[in-house]
Amino acid sequence: MNEFDDMLKYLGMKSWEELFSDIPKEVWKKEIEIDAMDEISVYRYAKELAAKNKDIFDMPNFLGAGIYFHYIPPAVLEIVGRSEFYTSYTPYQPEISQGMLQTLFEYQSVIAELTGMDVANSSMYDSHTSLGEAARMAYRINKRKEVLVPENLYWEKESVLKNYIAGLGMSIKKYPLNERGMVALDKLQELISEDTAMVYVENPNFFGVIDEGVDEIKEMLGKAIYTVGVNPLSLAVLKPPADYGADIVIGEGQILGNPISFGGPLLGIFATRKQYVRKMPGRLIGETVDQDGRRAFVMTLQTREQHIRRGKATSNICSNEALCAVFSVAFVAYYGANGLKELAKKNMDNARMLMEKLRNAGFNAPIFDAKHFNEFLVELPKNPHEISKELLKHGVHGGLPINAGCYRNVPNSMLLATTELVREEDMDKLVSALKEVS
Amino acid sequence: MYQQAKYDEPLLIEIKGKEEKEIIVDVPDKLKRSSLNLPNLEEWQVVRHYTRLSQMNYGVDINTYPLGSCTMKYNPKLNEEIAKWFSYLHPYQDESTVQGALQIMYELQEMLKKITDMDDFTLQPAAGAHGEFTGMLLVRAYHEYKGELEKRRNVLLPDSAHGTNPASAAMAGFNVIEIPSNEKGMVDLEALEAATDDTTAAFMITNPNTLGIFEEEILEIAKIMHKNGALLYYDGANLNAIMGITSPGIMGFDIVHLNLHKTFSTPHGGGGPGSGPVGVRGELVDFLPVPIVRYDGEKYYLDYDVKHTIGKVRSFYGNFGVMVKAWAYIKRFGGEGLKNATIRAVLNSNYLKERIKGHYELPHKDLRKHEFVVKPKNARALDVAKRLLDFGVHAPTIYFPLIVHEALMIEPTESENKETLDKFADIMLQIAKDAEENPEILKEAPHNTAIKRVDEVLAARKPVLTWKDKR
Repeated sequence: MNEFDDMLKYLGMKSWEELFSDIPKEVWKKEIEIDAMDEISVYRYAKELAAKNKDIFDMPNFLGAGIYFHYIPPAVLEIVGRSEFYTSYTPYQPEISQGMLQTLFEYQSVIAELTGMDVANSSMYDSHTSLGEAARMAYRINKRKEVLVPENLYWEKESVLKNYIAGLGMSIKKYPLNERGMVALDKLQELISEDTAMVYVENPNFFGVIDEGVDEIKEMLGKAIYTVGVNPLSLAVLKPPADYGADIVIGEGQILGNPISFGGPLLGIFATRKQYVRKMPGRLIGETVDQDGRRAFVMTLQTREQHIRRGKATSNICSNEALCAVFSVAFVAYYGANGLKELAKKNMDNARMLMEKLRNAGFNAPIFDAKHFNEFLVELPKNPHEISKELLKHGVHGGLPINAGCYRNVPNSMLLATTELVREEDMDKLVSALKEVS
Repeated sequence: MYQQAKYDEPLLIEIKGKEEKEIIVDVPDKLKRSSLNLPNLEEWQVVRHYTRLSQMNYGVDINTYPLGSCTMKYNPKLNEEIAKWFSYLHPYQDESTVQGALQIMYELQEMLKKITDMDDFTLQPAAGAHGEFTGMLLVRAYHEYKGELEKRRNVLLPDSAHGTNPASAAMAGFNVIEIPSNEKGMVDLEALEAATDDTTAAFMITNPNTLGIFEEEILEIAKIMHKNGALLYYDGANLNAIMGITSPGIMGFDIVHLNLHKTFSTPHGGGGPGSGPVGVRGELVDFLPVPIVRYDGEKYYLDYDVKHTIGKVRSFYGNFGVMVKAWAYIKRFGGEGLKNATIRAVLNSNYLKERIKGHYELPHKDLRKHEFVVKPKNARALDVAKRLLDFGVHAPTIYFPLIVHEALMIEPTESENKETLDKFADIMLQIAKDAEENPEILKEAPHNTAIKRVDEVLAARKPVLTWKDKR
């Protein structure tokens, strides 16, 4: 007798259908019409599909807009590929999960160092949902209902934010940027009121601009929460937001060592000040000791979370992006402080080099008179979507096309990102193609 | 006996590296960073550090991981390999340069429709709870469109529900009302009927429920909801119990979320990433998030034209890397393979239950689906869990569902064979025996893991949440 029948017999059953005798016959399904394939066929089919894509190693690519093409060192892939890590789940049993717990504690620490904040959680889904959670947290702190965001907040982020705060009856209001593409401080000041739950500022912002006004905002706020959205790589060289008064720092952790992977999985960074830790969403790993007094790590302050607090939890998040946090901490460890600073510099230098090449070719770049990190707007003489299509024919993928009118003071343009994966020859290719099609 | 690796592994910051260098960058002076307190290590130092840490961690690749409601099935390596081939694609690339990626998403949507009998899917939600939240936003948008959101303020759910259900409903702005379970461990139909009226927005339920019991009166439940203009929501955490046997669509559900990381074998990553696609039917398709991948007969494209879309719940298109793995799994095994996985998962669960039930209490009815809940006779669930670790198996989910005190919620999945199930059962029996004869060995457990039992109270009372807290 085979094992299957043996086990059925042990249960006193004659057929497997008896295992489902509690399911009413009216709801039985005939079949799932999906054919099976053998392993080699799936492998081959997937190879064919992969070959239909053009990734950054097939074609130079200048897209960014929130997530970026960074090189993932094989050492990082090797660490994340340890199946003790990736085939585990939430460390509910700390004694047998110290490896993941310590690694996530280190991730929290790395984020705290970069942002300057006291505490970071062990991950949110992405930067957009981090923003939504930040607004909800602001409401928990001050019970106010209006969120102030920059006028150039990308529509996708605004949409996610809107969905996250709808249940609380909160609303969004936009503040303008000045002629340098930075927060118009006087206008922002006028908009802040007793209703302001949170002011959200991005640095660098959606246009890649490093905002020089960020240190003048905290003093305007009173009880409103100051949330800063960052590119974590930029923090290797930029002042940590804690130093200019941020209450919450969010950002996209993909940038630190996660494959861009067609937009996911990503990693929502979420950090705050110690005084607000009990209002925070998401999992937190804390240090403690075991029975013998050895250093140990464990999930802590769980009374904020859904599995304990249910409907009154700070967030519904359960599965998060833990493995993406492992990517990030391994990436930071691999580069170290010096390597991260050099990497940030390389990204900035590339942006400057490309700006210069564009200017030499007669383009207006960057549009805003400001220091940029690794992304900037170049003005284009006609519809940027058309130009984008034409660039493809020249074997180069442009940045995000932005039509005139989408943003105040922004003409037809393209948002170009320059990471360490962009070479000088790629820039030359882009510039000459742009010249030809413009 | 099992013995986990045990290193006195320093924190990353405690490993000795090279000096910090000054690097000149062109940023505004007042925003210049003065120092960055991170170590500067060699590659081998980093690899050793994390390799040692990984050895102090436990995954499905090591042994049985019967964590109830989490479906810790084996993750085929084929999936991991394939996902790597899609690593360097940007979601805003021109559609003509990402046809392969779009085709995978499209095929996955189509396959999920066939598995669940729903009309359309969004792949955007990043995890199960995120799918629930998306579902609740759809409930909101639907009732708002009908002009009834003002009065439909209540979301009902059973007292056995996952904690994420009430949390997701509350996040979307609903009041949460718990419906009691009856002595058979199923929703009390009378109580449900009494609680349902024109203030009800939706009823959230998982079927089989968290006790592993199939809600036999599901068609009646659907009728009660629909009669009252409310929607029926399926929490797909337990889909592994019914694939190919029945489906949420046939049972009358309006909205369903799936957990690709549970049912479709993608690894759980130490807590994530997951992926929580949401399927809907009927009028609800007009409210789905954008974009949805479509095929016009020649090419795949992103459709942003959804009539009453709720917009976006996450950036871009969702956890694509996870989708690729689930796609590979479904392609590999097909409809028949999925059904066989379900049959085996349910057989394994009932076999294991039968082997240990004389030694542990089994509340409610006997026949279970892919998981079951027992309680120890002479011990605390926590102590049983800790003792299990000593034998090199992971503990079940404990203290959940809340309606069973001292619950051990066990889900073996289809990945285990009779041999590993028998081993697990033998260990459970040994522990039950020790609980009577030698209870100290349970209370002092675990003995064979990297560390002994942790002081959770200290962690919460004096939170040390980063290495900065130590200085």
